[in-house]
Amino acid sequence: MGNITLNQITKKFGEVEVIPPLDLQINDGEFVVFVGPSGCGKSTLMRLIAGLEDVTSGNIQIDGRDATETPPAKRGLAMVFQSYALYPHMSVRKNIAFPLRMAGMSKEEQDAKVEAAASVLNLSAYLDRRPGQLSGGQRQRVAIGRAIVREPAAFLFDEPLSNLDAALRVGMRMEISELHKKLATTMIYVTHDQVEAMTMADKIVVLQAGVIEQVGGPLELYHRPRNTFVAGFIGSPKMNLIEGPEAAQHNATTIGIRPEHIGVSTESGTWKGRVGVSEHLGSDTFLHIHDTGLCDLMTVRVSGEMNVHHGDTIYMTPEADKLHRFGPDGLRLD
Amino acid sequence: MARAVTQKRKLIATLAAWTIGMAIFFPIFWTILTSFKTEAEAISDPPSLFWFDWTLENYGVVNERSNYPLHFMNSVIISVGSTVLGLIIAVPAAWSMAFVPGKRTKDVLMWMLSTKMLPPVGVLIPIYLISRNLGVLDSRVALVVVLTLINLPIIVWMLYTYFKEIPGEILEAARMDGATLKSEILYVLTPMAVPGIASTVLLNIILAWNEAFWTLNLTAAKAAPLTAFIASYSSPEGLFYAKLSAASTMAIAPILIMGWFSQKQLVRGLTFGAVK
Repeated sequence: MGNITLNQITKKFGEVEVIPPLDLQINDGEFVVFVGPSGCGKSTLMRLIAGLEDVTSGNIQIDGRDATETPPAKRGLAMVFQSYALYPHMSVRKNIAFPLRMAGMSKEEQDAKVEAAASVLNLSAYLDRRPGQLSGGQRQRVAIGRAIVREPAAFLFDEPLSNLDAALRVGMRMEISELHKKLATTMIYVTHDQVEAMTMADKIVVLQAGVIEQVGGPLELYHRPRNTFVAGFIGSPKMNLIEGPEAAQHNATTIGIRPEHIGVSTESGTWKGRVGVSEHLGSDTFLHIHDTGLCDLMTVRVSGEMNVHHGDTIYMTPEADKLHRFGPDGLRLD
Repeated sequence: MARAVTQKRKLIATLAAWTIGMAIFFPIFWTILTSFKTEAEAISDPPSLFWFDWTLENYGVVNERSNYPLHFMNSVIISVGSTVLGLIIAVPAAWSMAFVPGKRTKDVLMWMLSTKMLPPVGVLIPIYLISRNLGVLDSRVALVVVLTLINLPIIVWMLYTYFKEIPGEILEAARMDGATLKSEILYVLTPMAVPGIASTVLLNIILAWNEAFWTLNLTAAKAAPLTAFIASYSSPEGLFYAKLSAASTMAIAPILIMGWFSQKQLVRGLTFGAVK
């Protein structure tokens, strides 16, 4: 079981309030991603759940029991750290077995569980090595192995992939998702990378300055961002946010349109601009458009290649049903 | 050009290092040399370097007049005992200062260090009287306790510096893995700090072995370590330079040998914080 409920929790570091009163419900078996810009309090929130930091007020329930005062060792959660935090003086085997040893499990049982975890994570050949002799990806797997042998109520991942190179990151992302499907255990995952959030999560929690901006499934956040912050944060490249008379025409203070929801033509269209930098990704091309009179820089996506050059004039037409409208308080209208 | 300069610098640095090294080692060398001379030759002017009648007579006399094994054992017990006791106190103390510092941690550290600036003679009378009243004068226990207290600030400081180098996330990982505070310190922190702890232990044994003020003042015969054994040959009534040298050589030989074999560890430990 892995239900986690946060009731009105707050956290202050000295005089600074990092987390104003916050409520959150995490259901058993969910893959929840905390995402937000640096310093938004997402890591702090996870450390509060882990028990590595004490809440200033409010309470935390794990499986219906009040765990606010429970020390981290007794919460039944397992954590994977950004730096892996492996024990450098122990072999891989001993690293993975450490939580079992702490739980007072017999040597035979420990060995069986370590072997099982190692085979799941492709670590069987490395069990007698020290962490220092492993690559980044392998170390990450050891850290995950150490977490899964405990059979925790929930896994906590604190930016686990940010120390890996791009190719490995994609691979590990799949492995963690795969693991979640297999174990069906609650996972809480902190990242600043919205691609990780979109691809892995059942539920995304978007945070800014300790405040939850929106909670929802990846596509819900993509299609119906609750406010301009979420609209700008989720999606890559960013949504174009337009203010002024153009927005007023749609009875809104701000309108948003994603780069992939704009039709492009060299002859005619609703909006007009001048092509700046083009980013060619092969499958897509992103054009950065200047001098639209709508916003500083507009981004549009074009499928495949398009024969435009720096300085060319271009016309754009937004797909009307894909327009997002936001009111003066930044909240979504309709 | 650049190459020539480095060569020349290297030569100068090497010469300087050897000169300083020799200057530091000379008194020890001279003591060892003197221990093989007769009393008359020990004070001859000009002093003779190698061309004298080498004799083991002094070692024979010293062994006859004093109970070397007893003093040796006292030294071992006092230096090892005070180091072990010191570690038992200092490891948790340094842990808390390094990983859960409070508002006053820095002040506590400075205050501990400041006790080392106090001339020991300032507290001689109270400590002497306390020892006497407790009936522990001239006992190993008293010396172990006193030397532990004397060297504790150094042990705590050294361990604190080493512990600071250990990433806190690893200890947090241990906590998440279900380790109690005791297991965290015993199975994770201590093994990771082994190089630092080892050099702390070595340094502390050397300091305790050579400590003379308290060992001379708080012992008479039973608990007297090697420092007192040396001192017993420095009498105002006669000339015993050769015997004094023989006693000194016998007293410093064990620690010199230990230091020689562990020098790599010592240097690594002492420069640990500096290079990393």
